[in-house]
Amino acid sequence: MRDEGGLTRLLTASFDDIATRWIDEQTAEGVGRADLIPVDETRAQSRELLSALLRAMEAGGGDGPMADVAFDEVRDVLARIAEARIDRGVTPTEMAWFMHSLKPALFATIRSGDAPIEAALDEVMMAGRVVDRMAIHAMDSYVEKRETVIERQRAEMNEVSAPVVKLWDRIVTVPLIGTLDSWRAQTVMENLLEAIVAREAEVAIIDITGVGTVDTMVAQHLLKTAAAVRLMGAECVICGVSPKIAQTVVHLGVDLPNVVTRIDLESGLDYAFRKIGLKVVERDRDRERQRALRRS
Amino acid sequence: MNPVSAPIADEAPRAVTLRAQSDVAVARQAAAQAMTAAGASAIGRTRFVTAVSEVARNAILHGGGGVVRFARREGPQGASIMAECRDRGPGIEDVGRALSDGYSSKRGLGLGLGGARRLVDLFEITTAPGQGTMVRLTSRAR
Amino acid sequence: MAEPIGAAIVTIDGCVTVAVRDDLDDQAVLRLQDRLMEEVARRSAKGVIIDISGLEVVDTFAGRMLGAMAEMSRLLDARTIVVGMRPAVAMTLVDLGMTLDEVETALNADKAMALIADEPGLRSHRR
Repeated sequence: MRDEGGLTRLLTASFDDIATRWIDEQTAEGVGRADLIPVDETRAQSRELLSALLRAMEAGGGDGPMADVAFDEVRDVLARIAEARIDRGVTPTEMAWFMHSLKPALFATIRSGDAPIEAALDEVMMAGRVVDRMAIHAMDSYVEKRETVIERQRAEMNEVSAPVVKLWDRIVTVPLIGTLDSWRAQTVMENLLEAIVAREAEVAIIDITGVGTVDTMVAQHLLKTAAAVRLMGAECVICGVSPKIAQTVVHLGVDLPNVVTRIDLESGLDYAFRKIGLKVVERDRDRERQRALRRS
Repeated sequence: MNPVSAPIADEAPRAVTLRAQSDVAVARQAAAQAMTAAGASAIGRTRFVTAVSEVARNAILHGGGGVVRFARREGPQGASIMAECRDRGPGIEDVGRALSDGYSSKRGLGLGLGGARRLVDLFEITTAPGQGTMVRLTSRAR
Repeated sequence: MAEPIGAAIVTIDGCVTVAVRDDLDDQAVLRLQDRLMEEVARRSAKGVIIDISGLEVVDTFAGRMLGAMAEMSRLLDARTIVVGMRPAVAMTLVDLGMTLDEVETALNADKAMALIADEPGLRSHRR
């Protein structure tokens, strides 16, 4: 529906009033977040958005879809506001209220005007719809941006949280920390197998000491990884199995036939050494000293 | 639904006729090419091509031969490759059983369908005794 | 004379070795099987090393062929060890449900030969 000019006139005539009222409303609702965003910045952004809205109304946007070319500038400004706020930790709810608090500001201005009741009601409805559309669009892009950030953080965490380390000649280990979802489990498996090839490892130790809970899904992933390691010709040891994990696994009925498990990394390493035919012996310091003396 | 009805309507698909066992390798190559062109990773390609190999061999050994067609689809998450394999064989009587592991119709020859299903993003099968079999495998390139 | 299999079979230190190429079709695989066993018998070999590092795809058919080769060579008193499996192939085989329990594997030919030298004619205790 095209704005019959009411909203355009309103914004032109009472721009400062509306802007001030809006900012006051934000503060009243407690969504100004002056702790995160300087008040000046909020004021400038609010005014910028209002200007863009005015121009959109002038271009005949009315209460049409936000994708309309009339709203190009509005969308730009909204995107910038959203980005600035996400980075500083403003919640989606606060962002939504930031937008919606524009309504009381517009309604109050319409009310204090001298338009006849029917025209005033039309203007109120129009204003309501326009703000709703902007708020929904703001929320959509807000959520989208947040998901991008989360995804990036997840990728970064994935990089550092499961590094495959060469513990010894022919022995590699990977410490698993935190939760293990399907995607991460596959990445860990890939990295471990690539490392086995690169390091020519004969034993791979998977340390699950840092894994919070071992449910059926985690157990299945561990099983698959162990099977893949064995297929490639290496041994697999899963260490860090606590009594609680042992209990969970048995109660879940998960079958762990050919999987070697140990309580901690130390026993896992002990097993690995034996598999590759090595033994740790204590140095004979007396003999070393005597040899050193004889040489000097 | 009759599985051997309308062919898929999409961009120019590559089709591989499956007659002799040697055609399985041809199907693999076609699948690999499609995946590579769509920018798939090595692991993604390996999984999809392996699934196609299983299904194509089934069509030849159990379905009396058939054809496998490839098509590329663009979706919100990027490109995906679809392989549709049809045969006019006897059809599969118990699909549920065929999809569970360890089922084999001939001695030592498992159907590999259950495995193929685990290897792809989307697995569709339409079959009935006497009506042939159609298996559709779809996987995102990345 | 059988059709060429396109892969060179070389016997070193009593081990018959072959590197499998990716473009082999089902019939070629069967021919390879025949040639390998012939060679094992001819050389009274103690081991067979099959290098699959060139294979991007190992499906249930290929997996079963590897198992068959292991069994055949066992009957000829030789040990079969498959080497060079790519990580992507290992992960795919797991999803296919193929554990290849009857097939021994090692990371590369060197390790395989060391295994065969250590315990000639015996199966690995690993499984």
